[in-house]
Amino acid sequence: MHTTDYLIAGSSHAALEAINAIRMHDGEGSITVVTRDPHRPYSPTVLPYVVSGRSTPERVYLRDDAFFTLNKVDYRSGCALAGLDPAAHQARLADGSTIGYRKLLLATGASPVVPPIPGIDRVDYHVLRTLDDATRLRAAMAGSKNAVVLGAGLVGMHAAENLVKAGASVTIVEMSKQLTSGYFDEVAAGMIEQAFLGNGAKIRTGHRVVGLEPGPEGATLQLDNGDTIPADLLLVAVGVRPELGYLDGSGVATERGILVDDAMRTSVEDVWAAGDCAQARGFFTGTPVMNAILPDATVQGRIAGMAMAGDPGVKPYPGGVPLNTYHFFGRHAISVGSAAVPEGGRAQVRFDAASGRYLRAVFDRDERLTGIFGVNEFFDAGVMAQLILRRTDLGPLRERFFAQPLATGRELMSQLWR
Amino acid sequence: MGQAYSTIAFDPAKCDGCGKCMTACASVKFDSTDTTRSLIQIVRSGGARIEPPRPGEFELALCRQCADPKCVTVCPAGALGKNGATGVIDWDASKCVDCLLCTIGCTYAGIALDEHSGRVSKCDTCEGKPACVPACPTGALRHVTTARIYNEVGSWEDLFAPGLAGCQGCNTELLMRHALRRVGPDTVLATPPGCVPGMGSVGFNGTTGTKVPVFHPLLTNTAAMLAGVKRQYERVGRKVTAMAIAGDGGASDVGFQSLSGAAERGERILFMVVDNEGYMNTGMQRSSCTPYGAWTSTTPVGEHTRGKSQDAKNLPMIMINHRCEYVATASTAYMEDLYEKLDKALAASERGFAYLHVYSPCTTGWRFQSALNIEVARKAVESNFVTLWEYTPESGLHFTRPVDKPLPVTDYLEAMGRFRHLSPEQVEHIQKKVTENLRFVRKIAEQADEQ
Ligand SMILES: Cc1cc2nc3c(=O)[nH]c(=O)nc-3n(C[C@H](O)[C@H](O)[C@H](O)COP(=O)(O)OP(=O)(O)OC[C@H]3O[C@@H](n4cnc5c(N)ncnc54)[C@H](O)[C@@H]3O)c2cc1C
Ligand code: SF4
Ligand code: SF4
Repeated sequence: MHTTDYLIAGSSHAALEAINAIRMHDGEGSITVVTRDPHRPYSPTVLPYVVSGRSTPERVYLRDDAFFTLNKVDYRSGCALAGLDPAAHQARLADGSTIGYRKLLLATGASPVVPPIPGIDRVDYHVLRTLDDATRLRAAMAGSKNAVVLGAGLVGMHAAENLVKAGASVTIVEMSKQLTSGYFDEVAAGMIEQAFLGNGAKIRTGHRVVGLEPGPEGATLQLDNGDTIPADLLLVAVGVRPELGYLDGSGVATERGILVDDAMRTSVEDVWAAGDCAQARGFFTGTPVMNAILPDATVQGRIAGMAMAGDPGVKPYPGGVPLNTYHFFGRHAISVGSAAVPEGGRAQVRFDAASGRYLRAVFDRDERLTGIFGVNEFFDAGVMAQLILRRTDLGPLRERFFAQPLATGRELMSQLWR
Repeated sequence: MGQAYSTIAFDPAKCDGCGKCMTACASVKFDSTDTTRSLIQIVRSGGARIEPPRPGEFELALCRQCADPKCVTVCPAGALGKNGATGVIDWDASKCVDCLLCTIGCTYAGIALDEHSGRVSKCDTCEGKPACVPACPTGALRHVTTARIYNEVGSWEDLFAPGLAGCQGCNTELLMRHALRRVGPDTVLATPPGCVPGMGSVGFNGTTGTKVPVFHPLLTNTAAMLAGVKRQYERVGRKVTAMAIAGDGGASDVGFQSLSGAAERGERILFMVVDNEGYMNTGMQRSSCTPYGAWTSTTPVGEHTRGKSQDAKNLPMIMINHRCEYVATASTAYMEDLYEKLDKALAASERGFAYLHVYSPCTTGWRFQSALNIEVARKAVESNFVTLWEYTPESGLHFTRPVDKPLPVTDYLEAMGRFRHLSPEQVEHIQKKVTENLRFVRKIAEQADEQ
């Protein structure tokens, strides 16, 4: 049986940051990475650009073989974790073999949710999470005339734009009343909607797909109001969820994800979890939340790696803050923090129709920033996130901050954490 | 060994917010007059003040070329990475997919959207020649290239024994090791009585403390013996550097006669004086380099005396009057400056007499905490208590680290115990002496400029 000091399941952002953190403190302990994916590490976030052709599969890798040699990492791709025996400190792999570990990191991310729509098992559909998904979608996109995207989150919207630009007629079907809900407010979502409509996309918000049938071109969707939509390409992008079957019987506590404390420790000794598979403390709620975004995966991976290696410099996780950037038809949107107005707090909004600049900022009752959202209004998201994490009292500066978030944010930065 | 990198340093105390750096950057990088496009952004910190006030109204938003760059860790396209040779975080425009995630990762506003191009932009230090630095009229921006020293010197052979018995916090070890590394293995070294042999240069139990030939002359005859050794090597046709590392006592008091003679004859030797302003090795007695008012064991503080009652001799100025090939003053607080001077002194010692005078605070004899040596050395320069300059017969004397806004001399005096007893009159005397000394050196520097 192969044994290793550090076993890492997964090879994406959380895993790569953990490797860095471990090697920063422990230059020698053996590291083994097992990953389900057959490729070298890459980011799911880059995949829309592989679909559009902006990037190519050969150019997206985040590490080369030399990195693993230099860092003495045994990298095993196409090698999924299938079971766990924490008492014996052993992991079982999909090929039936076992690996003994001293410390284990679960960084297996999330997978697309496929909703249980009657008939979905009889039609061909796409998802977008892996490089192979992207290659397949890109090939299908070339010949598509009638495409349907199920789900108007950022993954779905990005793909829809790619399809529009590739010349397909595109319909976006979304259950909730608003596009990109959870990322952007009504006004921003309205701007996004206008941009899509202006470019010829059809939008069916507030509708559910109740049935799927194989049709002449591919599939026929049936909506809850009886409408039918034909599709030669169907992309399912209704959300993600971690696949945690490998934890069955292991005793590792899970809810929607793997429950972790502020050092990314799971309920079981010598097992950590980080990234999209983990359910860690939310900054605003204080309770465990899913915050499946890339920056948080790196922060959590770093903490887990430091904790695993026993690095005394490790600081507790401050809690996850939602952070997103999004481009649509030549415009950009940035969202930092929570859109909800806290009790006693307020939201401020401004919109300039001529330039299309939109800004919404949310403050709590103590004049502290809790969220900021912009369309075509650039501000340093990293600086804003720090203002939120540091619970900075903006006090008399609030008006100026709202008028000029870029300049004022930098001024505050220069006083508070330079 | 790790790699050190050059960096752009900003001194907020000097910045008046003129924005010339931004004009230069926008012009060089984008051929634009729009300073919002500049990759260096001067930020007025005063207006947004929510903390207690701090000196300086202006601050900087500029990529720090982090050693642990968050922008790199969040980039999904592998478009950002640290360049191992330059230390710069390189941005690969062809790989970047414009997702703006790096602007989430960076907490320093070091990478931002350039609204004109729709792409992110960040400082790349102009391939090692940042355009903003020469554009800054106040000296608030500096390009610190000291990294060169650490990278280069780290790979040279250390020619002293691994353990030297210096006092805790003494900077002489730093000086000895750096200097000998630079001068190299083809050296004959003279270390007259003082801290340097005391620390072990002459060795223990019949072995030397150096990997080069070293000898222990008398205080009185160092320069004469070294000159003789050098001539013998020249006679047999071997090229070696003849170097002395002497204390201020050995050079300015009893050793002065032989030093002056060797300088006058133009002996081809490199004479380095480690000036800790007294005979510290033998119990902290005064020398002619001890400054006015300082406590030493022979200028005690008591009923009748209040430290030394005479002013220090300015030995390097006296050496100029020998018209040596090269004379310079240096300080371990300014290593880059010291290195440049060491290089020049070394070259000059092949033509004639080269004299390097290094001001070297003594933790034990001057009475300050062992961690503060470099700080004390820096304050000596910043208060003009000592001045850093170099001289050659051709170009005369030039300041190498002029101080625009000198600290009051009390900032320096209060940094150590040997001046603790000073009366206001004594402090006044010292401040006057500092001014007078500076005026004197300046006069000579001005005359050099007139040539
Ligand atoms: C199309 C798309 C666009 C996105 N855009 C953004 C964006 O703009 N901004 C943003 O912040 N986030 C975005 N995300 C989300 C972001 O990519 C994730 O939050 C991030 O990749 C999470 O990293 P991770 O390391 O936790 O997991 P993942 O990146 O999901 O990686 C999981 C790893 O685990 C491996 N694995 C899975 N199961 C097993 C197993 N059983 N055994 C071994 N290995 C296994 C996988 O092969 C993979 O290597 C996007 C995601 C997608 C799909
Ligand atoms: S862009 Fe920001 S995170 Fe990246 S190196 Fe520069 S300062 Fe550091
Ligand atoms: S904008 Fe470019 S450099 Fe920045 S994170 Fe995205 S791909 Fe990387």
